[in-house]
Amino acid sequence: MNYLVGAFKPPCNIFISFADGRSRKQVPLKKENGKTVMVALFQSQESIVGEVVIEPVHRKKVEHNGVKIELLGQIELYFDRGNFYDFTSLVRELDIPGELYERKTYPFEFSTVEMPYESYNGVNVRLRYILKVTISRNYVGNIVEYQEFVVRNYTPPPSINNIIKMEVGIEDCLHIEFEYSKSKYHLKDVIIGKIYFLLVRIKLKNMDLEIRCRESTGSGPNTYVETETLAKFELMDGAPVRGESIPIRLFLSPYELTPTYQNINNKFSVKYYLNLVLVDEEDRRYFKQQEITMYRLLETS
Amino acid sequence: MLLIGAEDEEKWLAEGIAGVQHNAFYLHRALDSNNLRDALKYSAQMLSELRTSKLSPQKYYELYMRAFDELRILEMFFKDESKHGVSVVDLYELVQHAGNILPRLYLLCTVGSVYIKSKEAPAKELLQDLVEMCHGVQHPIRGLFLRSYLAQISRDKLLDIGSDYEGDADTVMDAVEFILENFTEMNKLWVRMQLEGPGRVREKREKERSALQELVGKNLHVLSQIEGVDLEIYKETVLPRVLEQVVNCKDDLSQYYLMDCIIQVFPDEYHLQTLEMLLAACPQVQPTVDIKTVLSRLMDRLSKYAASSADVLTEFLQVEAFTKLSNAIEKVIEVQVDMPAVGAITLYVSLLTFTLRVHPDRLDYVDQVLGACVKKLSSIPKLEDSRATKQVVALLSAPLEKYNDTVTALKISNYPRVMDHLDNGTNKVMAMVIIESIMKNNTCISTADKVEVLFELIKGLIKDLDSATDELDEEDFKDEQNSVAKLIHMLYNNEPEEMLKIICIVWKHTMAGGPKRLPFTVPSLVFSALRLVRQLQGQEGDIVGEEVPATPKKIFQLLSQMIEALSAVPSPELALRLYLQCAEAANGCDLEYVAYEFFTQVFVLYEEEIANSKAQVTAIHLIIGALQRMNVFSVENRDTLTHKTTRYSARLLKKPDQCRAVYACSHLFWVDGQDGIRDGERVLLCLKRALRIANAAQQMASIARDSSGPVTLFVEILNKYLYYFEKGNKQITAAAIQHLIELINTEMQGDSATSDAFLASTLRYIQFQKQRGGVMGAKFESIKL
Repeated sequence: MNYLVGAFKPPCNIFISFADGRSRKQVPLKKENGKTVMVALFQSQESIVGEVVIEPVHRKKVEHNGVKIELLGQIELYFDRGNFYDFTSLVRELDIPGELYERKTYPFEFSTVEMPYESYNGVNVRLRYILKVTISRNYVGNIVEYQEFVVRNYTPPPSINNIIKMEVGIEDCLHIEFEYSKSKYHLKDVIIGKIYFLLVRIKLKNMDLEIRCRESTGSGPNTYVETETLAKFELMDGAPVRGESIPIRLFLSPYELTPTYQNINNKFSVKYYLNLVLVDEEDRRYFKQQEITMYRLLETS
Repeated sequence: MLLIGAEDEEKWLAEGIAGVQHNAFYLHRALDSNNLRDALKYSAQMLSELRTSKLSPQKYYELYMRAFDELRILEMFFKDESKHGVSVVDLYELVQHAGNILPRLYLLCTVGSVYIKSKEAPAKELLQDLVEMCHGVQHPIRGLFLRSYLAQISRDKLLDIGSDYEGDADTVMDAVEFILENFTEMNKLWVRMQLEGPGRVREKREKERSALQELVGKNLHVLSQIEGVDLEIYKETVLPRVLEQVVNCKDDLSQYYLMDCIIQVFPDEYHLQTLEMLLAACPQVQPTVDIKTVLSRLMDRLSKYAASSADVLTEFLQVEAFTKLSNAIEKVIEVQVDMPAVGAITLYVSLLTFTLRVHPDRLDYVDQVLGACVKKLSSIPKLEDSRATKQVVALLSAPLEKYNDTVTALKISNYPRVMDHLDNGTNKVMAMVIIESIMKNNTCISTADKVEVLFELIKGLIKDLDSATDELDEEDFKDEQNSVAKLIHMLYNNEPEEMLKIICIVWKHTMAGGPKRLPFTVPSLVFSALRLVRQLQGQEGDIVGEEVPATPKKIFQLLSQMIEALSAVPSPELALRLYLQCAEAANGCDLEYVAYEFFTQVFVLYEEEIANSKAQVTAIHLIIGALQRMNVFSVENRDTLTHKTTRYSARLLKKPDQCRAVYACSHLFWVDGQDGIRDGERVLLCLKRALRIANAAQQMASIARDSSGPVTLFVEILNKYLYYFEKGNKQITAAAIQHLIELINTEMQGDSATSDAFLASTLRYIQFQKQRGGVMGAKFESIKL
């Protein structure tokens, strides 16, 4: 039985672990099969240190043409599935060609790795980082093991963060002025603002604030744009009259947002918009969309 | 949606309640298992039921109360951090994640109240935040209920903050600011309700709005309950802000309700001290607002307050409450051009009531109020509104009731001027009120001037006013005139001169009353004058020789004028009686001429005016009675008069009447007393003549009816015989009596069936006298029965 199993199983097990695996922060990562696993979290310029343990199964000898570990940063576009584009690729040779008889541990280190992009799992695109251990073999296929990890990059609070203030309207029908306290928000931020009704000649029913995420992938004629409404937050119930001001306070923490990604490696962009939607009694919608910049602030706690 | 049936509404309500109950069930489960996440989820779902637009305010309230009860339970849960393990600060954020605004804000308010209680953050900021966030709900009904919830749930905390915090003025202000803000917003929403929907459901809207007024007013109520709100804060912050809102909202329902609310919830003392400010707002409200009721209530409260203790009265004087109120009312009337007269007058009535209660000693104030009312009344053509006239009556009655003394009212110079503006009917009613007041209080009007004023006031009763062509109710008219007659008796002065003046004035006025009134008023006046005559007669000795204006003679002249006036009516019977009264009075004064003159008038009347036979009978008897008592006449004069009387007696139409008159005439010749005439012969003559007539009557009766008539007349004559017999008239003998008795007995045999009681009594009397013995017994002895 064991033989039988052994025959289809790789001849050895490979374990990849990080040196600070116990203390390092783990974040959930959604796998392709829908399952969520916890993986280590890194940021750019960090050294990725760990060890690879290779353990031949049943003390079987494993012949190989060398063992290497790669750190890959990949972008996968779903319309071009299976075709990974590596924007980062680092290799460390772990072993020269030879044979493995018993469990062997290889330490590895990628010091101060440049990982400019964050891991991202979008609608049409995925950006991921993996450690890939390859045991090269002749004739038979290589034995490969992956260890995914997540990269998040923190930005300091922007020095310039203007308020968004704008007066919009339909002539002689509806004039409003809205104001968001900032144009750049970190992921756990709160959107504070106000909407002033300068002129109301239509009967409004309610008003929502939406957070929309616009993911564009590809370039040129092959550009795919996917817009997703991540939050729909009711701001107002009922019809306001002239001179009324409606407060906005929207906590961003409950929503799964990412920072704004601007033209990542010429492959994709992710942008965020605040969309103010007014609905009148005949269910006509009036809206105004404003882009906001999202950034990741280093969480202190 | 606007024309929803009640059935549909019931259905929607039932659905809403079911929704609330369903979610409340899961909410309870979550609370039992300390599951915060689920608790928030289900409470939000439960509160989503309140997002409906389909229910009327009443139904919505029902639904709201269901949810409210559940929220109290949730609040308890939130309070207990050990159960859910989340700090109140985090909780405050957590509830704000809800996507729908209404559930979000209900939850926020709920947590907010727990937060305030925890004192982990300044109450001020939290309150401001809550009241600000509630702006998100702009739907009038939902917004009102949400804010009402906020007010409700924060109420006990506010009272804590406003009262407990060691009197820290800032925290009090925080609470006040919060309530004012919430109040303002609620009122705005409430006002806005009016604008929702098309005009045709306006009335319904208004009804619905009235149902919600309590929600708005609740805020003011809470304000009044905060101990920290002292006069200073009230004056500087609360009242100006509330009034600002009242004035600015430009909605009549709201303005009316809120003004009333202010007046009702805050202490009187505050009102008194801020009277100016409060009143200044009154002219600024919408012209359609029933501000008069508001002001009336204010004045009502203030006057009650004034009555509560003597100390506060000085305060009223200090703040010049009357002047301020009076000015305010003037301004209101000026501004509200369309206010119907009734409104203005109602205001004056309230002011007057206030004045009378607070400053009963200030008659000038009363006069001032009436003067203002006159001014207003003169600007409108004539009062046609019955309610307005009613109010004027109330206005005029108030001082009468207050002073219990009509004389005081007579001093008010504007009083008659107000009355001038009444229509005739009301004028009369008012005059009646005045008279009744005089009667009730037994007020004696004792000077000619006052009488003059009084009659000027009640002139509606005294004479026909210019256009009195309208139908008069006979009954009412009688009542009125009887009252006037009664009133005349209340005019009295001990001083004959003044009294005469009074009588002259009254006569001057009543003279104008016309034939319909004179029969009522003249008798009173005549008797009033006669009283004076008797009074003069009593003190005659003292004032002889002086040039007294009030001599009986003069009065008698006046009297004859008065009675003469009755001939125009014509009312001869009455005039006759009055003449007789006068003659008697003249008799008392020893004025033979005058008495004779009066009798002359009597006979003239009898001859010329009294044609009715029944009236003649009565008149003759009256004349006989009066004449019998006269003692001033000389023999000739008396003879003339008695002669005339007897003649007239014998000429009456019916025999029995003749008979009775004639035997009555016998008394004219037999007067008891020291120097009375005792002409026994003529007495007998009269009686015999009476007997003859009785006989004739008896025969006529037997011919006409084939049976002899009753013997009553004979018995009556027998009684007369007995009377004179006893009195010692020599011409009346026992034999004559005996004879008469026999005659009667013979007549009686005709019809034995009827035994005459009168006769029996008479005979029994004779028997009694016989048995009595003594002189009288001896006298009667000779009469045999």
